[in-house]
Amino acid sequence: MIKTPAWIQIERRPSPSGWTVFAISVVAILLALIVAGLFFQFYGVSALRAYGDIIKGAFGSRLGLTETVRRMIPLLVIGVGLTVAFRALFWNIGAEGQLLMGAVVASGIALFSGLPDPLLIPAMFLGAFAAGALWGIGPAILKAKLGINDVITTLMLNYVAIYVVHWLILGPWKGPTMRGFPYTDKFPTAAFLPMLGGTRIHLPTLAIGLAGALVLYFVVKKTRVGFEIRVVGENPDAAKYAGISQTKITVLAMVISGGLAGVAGVGEVAGVHHMLLNPSSIALSYGYTAIIVAWLARRNPLAVILTSFLFGVIMRGGDVIKISLGLPFQLVNVFNGLILFFLIGSEVLIRYRIRFGTVKETS
Amino acid sequence: MASKESVPLAVQLSGIVKRFPGVVANDGVSLIVARGEIHCLLGENGAGKTTLMRILYGLYQPDDGEIFLHGKPIRIPSPRAALDHRIGMVHQHFHLVPTLSVEENIVLGLSEGTGPFLRFKKTRQKLRRLADEYGLDVDPTAKIWQLTVGQQQRVEILKALYRDADILIMDEPTSVLTPQEVDALFGTLRTLVEAGLTIIFITHKLDEVMEISNRVTVLRKGKAVATVNTDESSKAELARLMVGREVVFRVEKKPPQLGEKILHVEDLHALNDRGLPALRGMSFDLSGGEILGVAGVSGNGQHELSEVLTGLRKATKGKAILGAHDLTQCSARTIADLGVAHVPTERIRVGTVPSMSVRENLILKSYRSREFCKWSILDERAAHENACRAIKEYEISAPHDGTPVGNLSGGNIQRLVLARELSGSPKFVVAAHPTYGLDVGATEQVRVVLLAQRDRGAGILLISEDLDEVFQISDRVLVIYEGQVMGIVRAEEANLEEIGLMMAGSYRQAVAE
Ligand SMILES: Nc1ncnc2c1ncn2[C@@H]1O[C@H](COP(=O)(O)OP(=O)(O)OP(=O)(O)O)[C@@H](O)[C@H]1O
Ligand SMILES: [Mg+2]
Repeated sequence: MIKTPAWIQIERRPSPSGWTVFAISVVAILLALIVAGLFFQFYGVSALRAYGDIIKGAFGSRLGLTETVRRMIPLLVIGVGLTVAFRALFWNIGAEGQLLMGAVVASGIALFSGLPDPLLIPAMFLGAFAAGALWGIGPAILKAKLGINDVITTLMLNYVAIYVVHWLILGPWKGPTMRGFPYTDKFPTAAFLPMLGGTRIHLPTLAIGLAGALVLYFVVKKTRVGFEIRVVGENPDAAKYAGISQTKITVLAMVISGGLAGVAGVGEVAGVHHMLLNPSSIALSYGYTAIIVAWLARRNPLAVILTSFLFGVIMRGGDVIKISLGLPFQLVNVFNGLILFFLIGSEVLIRYRIRFGTVKETS
Repeated sequence: MASKESVPLAVQLSGIVKRFPGVVANDGVSLIVARGEIHCLLGENGAGKTTLMRILYGLYQPDDGEIFLHGKPIRIPSPRAALDHRIGMVHQHFHLVPTLSVEENIVLGLSEGTGPFLRFKKTRQKLRRLADEYGLDVDPTAKIWQLTVGQQQRVEILKALYRDADILIMDEPTSVLTPQEVDALFGTLRTLVEAGLTIIFITHKLDEVMEISNRVTVLRKGKAVATVNTDESSKAELARLMVGREVVFRVEKKPPQLGEKILHVEDLHALNDRGLPALRGMSFDLSGGEILGVAGVSGNGQHELSEVLTGLRKATKGKAILGAHDLTQCSARTIADLGVAHVPTERIRVGTVPSMSVRENLILKSYRSREFCKWSILDERAAHENACRAIKEYEISAPHDGTPVGNLSGGNIQRLVLARELSGSPKFVVAAHPTYGLDVGATEQVRVVLLAQRDRGAGILLISEDLDEVFQISDRVLVIYEGQVMGIVRAEEANLEEIGLMMAGSYRQAVAE
């Protein structure tokens, strides 16, 4: 039995302010950084040096900064969509697969559609949005109609998507010009996304992410549909009572969430690689990292701009420690795991506060 | 209780202050509870009763003031500490895990015996002993979701007793109970007191205060205004102390102006949550300008009837015709759009979204209307004005209309639901326990509003276990038993004995009216 000493008091916070939430989140991240520092020490690298290198690598140069933003883009686009799914209390763990399906359809359009050049990129975005949305709707309908667990269905569909990509690049879409490597052919240049001068920042995707954050913030806060999404997410029984169709709202949320994940896929194949290749090289766990991004933003689409940038820095940090310190890129996953860990732990502090013996002795 | 010095004190609260953003819930409250007494806390909705008891139970920390237990100053940093001090609490809304069994719920959070495995043999022995001693009969292996509300409450009491509570706080325990269950509860409380426990009891029903308590403390707007010995006081005095002015216990009821038939229910059948028949061929009619009370022991299909009529539950057979529509074929939304208002049984779980604001909850049903929504965008100004109106008219006490509903007191949440459902001009109102958790003043006010809706021409189906309420405002009373209509009588011609027999299922009216 845990005994609480009399000088520590725990009580429910009436309604935590935005600043409280912000401060607690910052503390959670700092704690994660401190614990992650221990891992650097295990590798024999001073944590201070490692963090110094990461900050230099992420902000110190134009290249560093633009690479950070490049990493941020898919996290932003997916994260913004995930906030909507999470608001509707739909646990979309499947953004990774939705991203891959978007990448597949975009690649198909780029390579085989024969559309006139100016239509190519718009068609790729639309197709990818539709593909991601379709990949997301299935679990939404299964949950709403049959009560099948969304975490499991969305997660399993990730593996299906991974194998679809494998099959395509090893089979029917294997590029004749690629000398037996498991890639498709390179896209025609008309299907390359426009870049910010001399960088690898693919502009249309970034623009969609930023606009998405603004629009969805407005939609959730101010519109009728946003109201319905919030009611369904906060109390499904009240939604039913108010005559709001949970099926409709869940499907809509997954169209947005899955669709945006699909769009992120376009950015990766048409902005970075210019071909469809190994799923792990395309997705890089963006779909999973974006879950943390959305949660850290407390399901607020605008805050995702900030949190996706933070995780852009962390992913860029992975490059840096690989190149300059010779440590494995996978340490990034340790980071992400720790941040998620402390974040979930901090939820308690958002709902409850601890007071230290503040009751005055009056007698 | 002539002199306080001669009686050992159980609890003494002195100068307790508790502030929430925008409200002072407790403003220097002092309270003395003697050992072995039943002490009632009385006060209007939002007076600060629940807050005060949550402080005693360690859920909130006071901003100022002191707590003495058996004469010694103590701090109660958490509910666990309260339990260590042998203080137990049965909350206004239960805290049980529905999918677990009774005994699992009872040992939840305790470190019983040794090792990682739960051993229920000892638990069962102790439970059986407690149950026998205090008349708290429940099957320890039954799952919580299978129990009635009254049985769940017994589990909550057993949970506290199992933890050796000798001070038991009960927050509005009777508002969810049937009259029979209330009697049983009072029996239990008396044996508990005989066994040396001290009980603090919150209620809005003055009859109960008079029946069960030794002393009463009245709270008004966060302050303790008086403590009186029950046998030296009266209902009228208590009401005056509570409200600060004289209260009339009578609602003016004009003879009904019956309009045309608005609802025709025929051979209605439906299942309950467990898939068993709950409605078994109900038929009745309702006219505009009429209140039809539904009397019955809870769990006889009232809840399912209200859900079927509002589109929240499917009928398996039969029809319910409202105007040109069969309600059994309509969605909840269509039914609401037809002008059907619904005050649901479970206001927090179903009737509101606790994390959303007062303003948003007040438009939960009408957010799609032209008034609140233009070009798919919600009109916040209109919602705000609507909220201000409702807050004023229904005296909802909330710091402002952006406060989350979950922060309101129980009675104020009920007022909010009523404001939303009764403010328009509904054609047909399904009101389940509309005065649940309301203080004396608000109860009368709601009855007045219901009668006003009836006089305006609405048809009202009033579901309540409170027979006084049913007979006070209904025009006709339908007695329900096991999902069937046992009879329908005019309220003023009712023979209470006959009604009792019908509620028990042992008598059925021969002729349909
Ligand atoms: N967690 C909270 N956050 C903010 N305000 C609160 C909170 N809990 C209670 N209040 C406010 O404190 C006041 C007292 O509430 P309390 O629940 O103690 O009233 P009550 O006497 O139990 O009323 P009722 O009879 O309606 O249950 C109310 O105005 C309520 O809105
Ligand atoms: Mg209360």
